[in-house]
Amino acid sequence: MSAREQELILFELLGITPQALFGQLLIGLINGSFYALLSLGLAVIFGMLNIINFTHGAQYMLGAFAAFFLLEYAGLGYWWALIFAPVLVGITGVIIERLFLQWLYKLDHLYGLLLTFGLALIIEGTFRNFFGSSGLPYSVPSQLQGGQNLGFMFLPNYRGWVVVFSLAVCLTTWFVIERTRLGAYLRAATENPTLVRAFGINVPRMITLTYGFGVALAALAGVMAAPIYSVSPQMGSNLIIVVFAVVVIGGMGSIMGAIVTGFGLGLIEGLTKVFFPEASNTVIFIVMAIVLLIRPAGLFGRTA
Amino acid sequence: MKNLLRLIALAAVLASGAARAQYTDGIIKIGVMNDMSGTYKDLSGQGSVLAARMAVEDFGAAAKGMKVEIVGADHQNKPDVGSNVVRTWIDTDKVDVIVDVPTSSVALAVNEIVRDKNKVFLVSGAAASDLTGPQCTPNTIHWTYDTWALANGTGKAIVKTGGDTWFFITANYAFGLALERDTAAVVVKNGGKVLGQVRHPFPATDFSSFLLQAQASKAKVIGLANAGADTINSIKQASEFGIVQGGQSLAGLLVFITDVKSLGLQIAQGLVLTEAWYWDQNDANREFAKKFAAQNNGIYPSMVHAGVYSAVTHYLKAVEALKSDADGKAVVAKMKEMPTNDKLFGQGTVRADGRKIHPMYLFEVKKPSESKGPWDLYKLRATIPADEAFRPLSEGGCPLVNKS
Repeated sequence: MSAREQELILFELLGITPQALFGQLLIGLINGSFYALLSLGLAVIFGMLNIINFTHGAQYMLGAFAAFFLLEYAGLGYWWALIFAPVLVGITGVIIERLFLQWLYKLDHLYGLLLTFGLALIIEGTFRNFFGSSGLPYSVPSQLQGGQNLGFMFLPNYRGWVVVFSLAVCLTTWFVIERTRLGAYLRAATENPTLVRAFGINVPRMITLTYGFGVALAALAGVMAAPIYSVSPQMGSNLIIVVFAVVVIGGMGSIMGAIVTGFGLGLIEGLTKVFFPEASNTVIFIVMAIVLLIRPAGLFGRTA
Repeated sequence: MKNLLRLIALAAVLASGAARAQYTDGIIKIGVMNDMSGTYKDLSGQGSVLAARMAVEDFGAAAKGMKVEIVGADHQNKPDVGSNVVRTWIDTDKVDVIVDVPTSSVALAVNEIVRDKNKVFLVSGAAASDLTGPQCTPNTIHWTYDTWALANGTGKAIVKTGGDTWFFITANYAFGLALERDTAAVVVKNGGKVLGQVRHPFPATDFSSFLLQAQASKAKVIGLANAGADTINSIKQASEFGIVQGGQSLAGLLVFITDVKSLGLQIAQGLVLTEAWYWDQNDANREFAKKFAAQNNGIYPSMVHAGVYSAVTHYLKAVEALKSDADGKAVVAKMKEMPTNDKLFGQGTVRADGRKIHPMYLFEVKKPSESKGPWDLYKLRATIPADEAFRPLSEGGCPLVNKS
């Protein structure tokens, strides 16, 4: 029996054609890119500020709403929103950090968690009050409408763009933090702020901007989600728990861990949707439980 | 003459006094429970509380000496949360009637509790036809629509126009499964075939994987046996994946007006759907809708809201006739005995199994060019007469029916 025949038999046993399987894997990768982008922001914030940012889902939602507002009231389309929405939401992040978070660094993690969780509830509740829960329409930019027939599946151009763009953003962020001088300052400031300050570096400002950057990443993911998921106040809370699981599996604060697990879990979830769709929203937590049993610090985490 | 008037006035006072004494703790308390924060908020939510309040006002309860109070609660689409709320309401807050309750899994749980406590349950938001089938109780009336009526309306219309092979994308809980079951039966009965189905967790965000499986099935029609944000996302993403351009068509088996509004006509145009009520059907509906929207952030009423209005109106009539709200079974029996008549649903009846009977309507979503206003969304394709709109009494398997 040739290898090819064996392969065919294998697929037959699984009850799925190879085409369908490739299609599902690609879909998983697309969803994974959202997980990666969101968990990246969380990992940056936790790694640098030691804050468990529960507002992340709400900030993702704010990004999508910002895109909607820019189009509705300023006539600025998707491409502008990709730049402006993260900046605007990032600024709100800076304000939150200055007003609240900066007082919490010395306290237990729990305080930051409670504060950000409360903020998330307030933001989501406010939006729900004014915009309802059905969601607002936002369409795919004209340049990315349509799709490619890949033979095994029809790939909408927009989804292809999402994978490529988010991969680029993730890798750039990883590079900046792990491989540049700026990143070295940041990491040093987390380890020993007093010493870094002694070198003449404004540590508090750096921390503020880092939080703003993490929040901007969430908003960026929100803008990218706006054309494919409906722009609704609860869009973030549906996703945030999964994203937290991703961060925990990857190892809290590990940048590369967040990226790799984000994409990886997207793939696993994609496969579950084919073989046992009913379990597709639990599979990530099963993986999390197993990983925590074997490696309590996460796959890429450094044990303290 | 003067004496006669005085006598009538005295009689009225005495009658209302006597009546008031019969109401449990002197107050008729209406509990509106639904999703106030999640995916079904816009189609039920605070709007249903508002609709109940409008019904009480229009009924003129205060002038008739009936003291009516309305309370609202959020069940978060969770059967355990809903059960707890209803138990507290009935045991400590003296609530007499539970209204609305979308999300069939919650409604089925509440159904049991209300029967045990002998109160009244008026379902507007939930869809599972089991509520008047095997799970029917002498305390429950299913008012606005159900999965059988939706399947019968939309399913039949589509099979008759050539959509004879189906694949279902189903929300994996009581409602989705009931809707899939009822629609599949209609498809098969009318000569169609079901090629397969996929069940997604509720709620879900990304449907691309499920849509891809539906695409691979090569079925002519993809039936969406889900609701609210799930349906919106399914339709939105189907358009992205070129499902309709690829020659398959979508059947939204439960689509509310708020969903169409959220999708926008550009994406939703041409969608065929079944509803029990639409605001732009006649003057009474339009007047109600305008008054409702003015107090509801400009959001127009869905059929669920209209159903709450109609159900509460009929409940108050029955309680007024009985002069008592104490015995839930007796109130429901009275509601079944009296013909229904209100400004939104017109004349109708309540059947022995608890099914409220009225016509259903098959609508098509307008093209953007046909729409004259932000809420001008549907055009009527067909009216399904009352005697054909719901499952025949004999086929439901309701134990109440076999007894008589």
